[in-house]
Amino acid sequence: MQHASEFCEGHALTPLSFGPPLGETYRMAHDHHDHDHGQEPPSDIALRVKALESLLVEKGLVDPAALDAIVDHFEHKVGPRNGARVVARAWTDPAYLERLRADATAAIAELGYTGGQGEHMIAVENAPGVHNLVVCTLCSCYPWPVLGLPPVWYKSAPFRSRAVIDPRGVLAEFGTVLADDTEVRVWDSTAEVRYLVIPERPAGTEGLTAEALADLVTRDGMIGTTRL
Amino acid sequence: MNGVHDMGGMHGLGPIAPEADETVFHHRWEARVHAMVLAAPTRGNIDAGRHRRELIPGSEYLRMTYYEKWLEGLCGMLVEGGVLSPEELADGKADRSTPRAEPRLGAPAVASALTHAGSYIRKVTARAQFKPGDRVRACNLHPTGHTRLPRYVRGHTGIVERLHGAHVFPDSNAHGAGEDPRHLYSVRFNAQELWGPDASPTDTVRVDLWEPYLERA
Repeated sequence: MQHASEFCEGHALTPLSFGPPLGETYRMAHDHHDHDHGQEPPSDIALRVKALESLLVEKGLVDPAALDAIVDHFEHKVGPRNGARVVARAWTDPAYLERLRADATAAIAELGYTGGQGEHMIAVENAPGVHNLVVCTLCSCYPWPVLGLPPVWYKSAPFRSRAVIDPRGVLAEFGTVLADDTEVRVWDSTAEVRYLVIPERPAGTEGLTAEALADLVTRDGMIGTTRL
Repeated sequence: MNGVHDMGGMHGLGPIAPEADETVFHHRWEARVHAMVLAAPTRGNIDAGRHRRELIPGSEYLRMTYYEKWLEGLCGMLVEGGVLSPEELADGKADRSTPRAEPRLGAPAVASALTHAGSYIRKVTARAQFKPGDRVRACNLHPTGHTRLPRYVRGHTGIVERLHGAHVFPDSNAHGAGEDPRHLYSVRFNAQELWGPDASPTDTVRVDLWEPYLERA
């Protein structure tokens, strides 16, 4: 029988110490866990999450197949590739760019990208002398349908705290150095409006198709921490 | 509430640490937490969920990983909503005296649920008090409940740039007091107005602020 401390070895995550719900369940899961020594043992929190899911499934509150489908959606159906297609279309189709400026939510929906955390979209365009940077200082708001789920650094205290007070310092950490007379526009996503940065089209890409241009568009370019 | 979650403008929280080739989830349990938050019938709303995570004590909030906070918030919402009893959450055993429910979200409905084009805009009869170009001041308010008025703009003057329409008001919605839709504005603040003379004279910060957070300046 392994003990909890042995389960935790090698795991970066620390178990919750703040009034952990499912505390008993967590212990029960340890006691009843079917040890498979051929695999890495689950962490404490993995056992707690498993216990919570089992409870919700037993009570008929969630369908485990629905959870599988949700995970699949965020791992495979949404991601920065969607936003990159929006950007490439904006670069290559002036009429689309106008629609994007007038109603970004509808223009993005034209490409099939809709859903939660993308209900009210605004596209903010980089230009000579203007650079946009998106943050959510209060939590982790991010345009899921076009960028997928945010990277850990976007949700973390260092970025959330400093993007508004020291945007140039933040940009420098991403290797982005701007001229003093370039206006850095920081967008703090405090409401249900989500911002997508439209980077400047790189020089020398005149002959490329929209699909080839989309390959040049990065996630960080659409958050605004880097330029293309 | 003036919690540590409201961290815009703080110093000393460390370097930004981007990961190369970061995966969507770092552990399977994170993926399950994310999915349960979306699928479980917590009887709350997005604002209540955010507030529940803000209520995590500050020292814990700063220590916990993102999905630890989501798990904590989810468990809190399930108990507060009466979906799970504290006993069920404590011992992990379902109370057999309550009838078995039917999942609100079945697997076949997931794709359409996740791509549903919802809206937080509501029709209101009140006219917007401000228009683009108006000078406004963010009110010096310190509500103890949920708010989306960050501390770093309170008392500072900016320019209304855009009207977003009347949106669900989080300060009310988070507490189950109704959507109480209010006009929402994008307000531009100069960096030096927010951060003093050492800040860049050219940089700006735009914040989405509801009408009750603003006064004419």
